[in-house]
Amino acid sequence: MKYALYTGCVAKGAGRELLAAANLVCQKLGIELVEMTDAACCGAGVIGEDNPLFADMLNARTFALAEAQGLDIMNICGTCQGVHRKAQRKLDNDPAYKERVNTELKKDTGREYKGTLKIKQIYEVLLQEVGLDALREKVVRPLKGLKVAPFYGCYALRPPEVNDLEDPDDPNELEGLIEALGATPVDYPERLKCCGFPIMMMNKDNSMKLAGNAVAGAKDAGADVIATPCPLCHLNLDSYQPTFASKMGRNLGVPILHVPQLVALALGVSKEDLRVKTHVVRPTGALAAF
Amino acid sequence: MANNKVLFRIQRFDPEKDEKPHDQDFEIEVVPGATILKTLQRIRAEQDPTLALRFSCGSAICGSCAMKINGHAILACKTQVSECVKDGMVCVAPIGNLKILRDLVVDLEPFWESLGKVKPYLMPAGEAPDKERPQTPDQFGTIDPSTTCILCGACYSDCNALGVDSTFLGPASLAKAHRMIFDSRDAQDQPRLREVSERTGVWDCTHCGECSTRCPTETKPLERIEEIRVQAMADGHHGNAGARHALGFRETVGKRGLLDENWLALRSVGFFNLPGLLGLMPVGLRMMMRGKMPPMIPHSIDKVDEVKRIFARFEELRK
Repeated sequence: MKYALYTGCVAKGAGRELLAAANLVCQKLGIELVEMTDAACCGAGVIGEDNPLFADMLNARTFALAEAQGLDIMNICGTCQGVHRKAQRKLDNDPAYKERVNTELKKDTGREYKGTLKIKQIYEVLLQEVGLDALREKVVRPLKGLKVAPFYGCYALRPPEVNDLEDPDDPNELEGLIEALGATPVDYPERLKCCGFPIMMMNKDNSMKLAGNAVAGAKDAGADVIATPCPLCHLNLDSYQPTFASKMGRNLGVPILHVPQLVALALGVSKEDLRVKTHVVRPTGALAAF
Repeated sequence: MANNKVLFRIQRFDPEKDEKPHDQDFEIEVVPGATILKTLQRIRAEQDPTLALRFSCGSAICGSCAMKINGHAILACKTQVSECVKDGMVCVAPIGNLKILRDLVVDLEPFWESLGKVKPYLMPAGEAPDKERPQTPDQFGTIDPSTTCILCGACYSDCNALGVDSTFLGPASLAKAHRMIFDSRDAQDQPRLREVSERTGVWDCTHCGECSTRCPTETKPLERIEEIRVQAMADGHHGNAGARHALGFRETVGKRGLLDENWLALRSVGFFNLPGLLGLMPVGLRMMMRGKMPPMIPHSIDKVDEVKRIFARFEELRK
C-alpha cells in the first residue's frame, strides 16, 4: 500500500503532532507514504469563496502531482479531504469546466488533471484498505476502558455525496474504529455538529459556543477524551478550551486527540512520540493507564 | 399484507399540561410506499386525534410539513417511511431552532422576521414599464436555484449557527437575499451585498453544510451563500473580518503555497484593531507555552513558483 501524503497546512503548522502520529501509524501498518512537499494549500473552502477558479486550479494541480507519481492521495485533515473531494467531483462532473481549468493550469505549470486518482482520508484507508480485522490484530495496547467521543467534523459528513460514509446522517465508521482499538465509543448529541472553527475570526462568541457545546456534550455523556479526524476541529476544541470553559463557567478538561494519535497509541507508540504534551488540554490523566 | 408494523416515537408537548416535551409511541401498520405525512395523518385519524402537526399540499410545494425524522429535518410529504425506519422505529420531532407551540407545531415568527430583514422583494430602478420586465434564460438561470425555495424551514431547523445565535439571518433568508441580489431586474444589489456582508450575514455562516443537506428543493442555501460571498468580494465589500480572512488566505497561499497561520490570524483581525489583537493573545500564549505555535518563519512548498505564476495571473485579472 502506497499513497501520496497530502499533509495540509495545519499538520505543518499548529498541529505538527498530527503529522507525526499519521507517519507512525502508517509505519506500523506497512503503508508507504510519499509526502507531497510540492502540493499547495487546498484553500479550505475560503479561497474558493474569493476566487473559485484559483481554488480549483490549486487543487487540480495537487491532483495532477499525485497522478504523475501514479499514486492516490491520502489526506490526514478532514477539511482538506472534504475540499479535495468536492473539487474533484466538480471537475469530474463538468468536463467543459475541467477542460477550462486544465487549459489554464497547463499555461502556468504544464500540468494536467486527468481524473484517475482516488482521494482518501487516513481513517478511510484504515477502514477500507487495511480493514478492521487486520487492524485489530495489530493492536498491542488495547485501549480498554477508555471512553472516546468521536467528533466527525463537518467536512467528513457534508455534503454526503462526496463522502464514503454508509449512513452520513447516523455514521458509525469512527465508532467501529474506536471499538477495534479496544476503546468504547461514546454517543452524544453534538458528535455531528460544527466545531465553530470556520467563524473563529468572524464571530468568536458563536465559535466558542459551538466548541463549548461539543466538549460539554461529550463530557456530560461520560467521555474521557474526544477524537477527531480534523485538525481544525482539534484547534478549536483544544486550544480554545480554557476560553470557552471559562465563558461557560465549567471545568471541562476534556483532552482532544487526533484520530491517528488514538490509533498510534493502540499500535504501541509511546505517548512521548505522540507528542501529547503539545496539547493545551493534556491527556496525561485520561491516558495514564496506557 | 405482510407485517409492516413500525413504531413511531413522536415528541409530544401540550403547553397547558406539560412542563417539557416527552415521547409517545404509536405502533402502526405502514402501507408500502406511504409517506411520513400520510402515516402521521393516519395515526391522528386512527389513534390520537389530538396530535398537532402542520400540513397542506402534500406535494412538496407549500413547505408546511417540515419536521425532524431521526434527528434531521425533512419534508414529511416528500419522504417515505421505508427510507427512515431504523430498528423498526421512526423518531419524529418538530423542527429545531424554533419554539414549540404544540407537538410538531413550532412558532415560525422568528423565521418570517429574519426573512423580512433581507427585503424579499424586487426593487427595480426607474418607472415601471408598460408591460413586464423581461429576463433572458441565462439571467434567470443565475437565480433559478434560489427561486425554488418553498420556505419550509428545514434549513433553519438544522443550521448550526442559528443553534447558538438567533440573530444570524440564517440559510433561507440568505438564499432569498441571493435571489434578489442576482436578479437582473433588481437595482439594489450593492446595498444588499453590503448589508449581508455585515454581522449576522453571510460571514457568520459556519459552513456546516446542514442547510444544503436538509433542503428538499434545489435552493441549496450554502451554495447560494458561497455565491454571495464571491460576489461581495469581487465588488469590494471588504470592510469585515470575513473578507479580510479570505483576502489574507489568498495572499499567503499565493506567496508560499501554504498558509501562514500566524500572519493570517493578524490579517483577519486587522493589523490596527488593538482590542482584536489583544483578544488573540491568550490563545497565542497558550500555544506558545505548549510548543504549538506555527513556525515564526513560514515554510514555502517546493516548486512554489508554479503557484506564484497562477496567483500572479489572477492578480493581473483582478486589476
